[in-house]
Amino acid sequence: MVEEPTTPELQAEVAAPAVKPAPQPAPAPDLPLLRIDSVVKKFGSFRAVDRLSLDIRAGEFFALLGPSGCGKTTLLRMLAGFETPDEGHILLEGRDIAPMMPHARPVNMMFQSYALFPHLSVRDNIAFGLRRAGMERVQTDARVAEMVALVKLEGLEKRKPDQLSGGQKQRVALARSLARRPRVLLLDEPLAALDKKLRESTQFELMELQRRLGMTFIIVTHDQEEAMTVADRIGVMDQGRLEQVATPRELYEAPASRWIAEFVGDINIFEGQLEGRDAGRLTISTRDAGTITVAEPRHAVTKPLVCVAIRPEKVKLSRRGPVADSGHSHAINRLEGIVTDASYLGGITSYKVKLDSGAVILSSMANTARLDIDAYSASQRVVAWFTPDDCVVLEQ
Amino acid sequence: MSARRIFTRPARRAAIAPYVWMVLFFLVPFAFVLKISLSQTVIAQPPYLPVFDPTQGFAALKAAFAALSLDNFRLLVSDDLYVLSYLRSLVVATVSTSILLAIGYPITYGMARLPKRWQGLAMMLVIIPFWTSFLIRIYAWINILQHDGLLNQILLALHLVSTPVVWLSTDSAMYLGMVYSYLPFMILPLYATLARMDPALLEAAADLGSSPRQAFWLVTFPLSLPGIGAGVLLCFIPIVGEFVIPDLLAGSDSLMIGQTLWLEFFTNKDWPVASAVAIVLLLLLVAPLVLYDRLQRRQLEHP
Repeated sequence: MVEEPTTPELQAEVAAPAVKPAPQPAPAPDLPLLRIDSVVKKFGSFRAVDRLSLDIRAGEFFALLGPSGCGKTTLLRMLAGFETPDEGHILLEGRDIAPMMPHARPVNMMFQSYALFPHLSVRDNIAFGLRRAGMERVQTDARVAEMVALVKLEGLEKRKPDQLSGGQKQRVALARSLARRPRVLLLDEPLAALDKKLRESTQFELMELQRRLGMTFIIVTHDQEEAMTVADRIGVMDQGRLEQVATPRELYEAPASRWIAEFVGDINIFEGQLEGRDAGRLTISTRDAGTITVAEPRHAVTKPLVCVAIRPEKVKLSRRGPVADSGHSHAINRLEGIVTDASYLGGITSYKVKLDSGAVILSSMANTARLDIDAYSASQRVVAWFTPDDCVVLEQ
Repeated sequence: MSARRIFTRPARRAAIAPYVWMVLFFLVPFAFVLKISLSQTVIAQPPYLPVFDPTQGFAALKAAFAALSLDNFRLLVSDDLYVLSYLRSLVVATVSTSILLAIGYPITYGMARLPKRWQGLAMMLVIIPFWTSFLIRIYAWINILQHDGLLNQILLALHLVSTPVVWLSTDSAMYLGMVYSYLPFMILPLYATLARMDPALLEAAADLGSSPRQAFWLVTFPLSLPGIGAGVLLCFIPIVGEFVIPDLLAGSDSLMIGQTLWLEFFTNKDWPVASAVAIVLLLLLVAPLVLYDRLQRRQLEHP
């Protein structure tokens, strides 16, 4: 019933509601939609955001991920205009918006608490921003109807927020923040208040919506699964700095630091010393896991003290060592130990294996067969093995 | 139905306590006052007739009933004194309440926006005057406002006036006393609504294109309406019947209804007319009371 919503060129309507969409000022071709340039925000002597720079492209779904207190929300609030940076610039389409008041910015925010106006109906909540922009009544009604359809809230237009369920409130908040067709939509932990099932389905709806509208979304979350599900790129923050900006796969498979490796997902880490380098292979001697052969990473390993990181699902278990393969077998890392813990989780089984050195290695094996022929039980002796390509070398 | 299961028997018994209270301390005295308002004044003990005395038998009771009349109420309508007193009370209450709202709202708004740790202190400062007797505080104002009082001394010392100004026994002094005494009753309910407001709502309003002024009128103000209603009624209703403040601070040329009632009761010893004055006053105040009640109910339903 409602037409496929809108491409970015219609977004000027709010800025100039009475006339036809004004032509967008063509951004300089080398500039991204949003450029955060050496931004600093201090609270007293505490640097919440510390010389942070980041480019975000038009049409991107970007996630800011980090533990609580890492500055991700402060950064988002600076983009919305609720905080002013102490240093640095925030360029939106080449224009510095850092000194602009929140109500003058072409960005909108969806609040963690939703912040729906309790005295206004769903319709009036969604129309709030349109009316402030001076949009005419007919257009406002049409836009509200379009938004209501977009988030599937038909029939609830006259309800007040306290007559809605949590999921419905979340949709109203989303519709309200999208109604003005912002250049950038900021989402502050938008799904944190929903239960797990609803959160997962809403994640997919958010992605779908973002793709259909072609809008730029920046989401703040502490939930790494959520960030990996929805985002094209993720910026991981810690102590006011960006630790890594990467696609979900890069972040997981090629973490830039030990901190990232441990923050994102589970991982086995063995500290050791670089011993030798030969034909694209590094040899690293570790205290807990003996000598490990790893593939030489693209970035140069400069320091001798390193650690080897392997994701649990890359660690396979078998009763005997892997069958020798003339080309590679010498390079496969084998560690012997005893299963101490086996947790059946449905899709996978997660094992803890106590190595002969006393260290513990985690392994998760997909349950590809219904019967438990591949399963290992506690106190069983096994070989844990992994290939050099599955290891990541990081500085200690 | 569900209440039966949730509440224990003692809890259900306790639930009738307010009704017992209402009957004992409101309805029964009200019936006495109503009866006296329909009686005639006499110089006797008690100073009115008829007196219901069940020991005199049924016929006497019947005669007593027949002797009740609406004469006192007719007097209230026919004599300017009463009508003017009622009008003055309503005017004074309206003006005082408007001033209270105009002063109280900004104070409360400022309080609610203080950092959390200062809010408690600010609330203490509002409440502390209550620790001193109301009467003593009004007498203190008399001291300040009188001919050679503190205010005139300061004004003279600063050469702002050349002769002492008459402050006491004026309407200004009375309004000052009213605003001073009732300000906490305006601030407390307002504070309850303003402090409870989610600050994210104002951010959302700003985010959606409201200037700070628009955000105030479109979000803060409508959301504080229940507090405004409660504060206005908490001030308006007792001010209409106020006796002490106008008696001590205002001039004697025009009276508020509370003063008229006092005169009838203590000076004229006319209990029936005084009772009639009280009954009409109560009826006048029922309208705002009902309004207040409805407001409270709405707040309970949508906190």
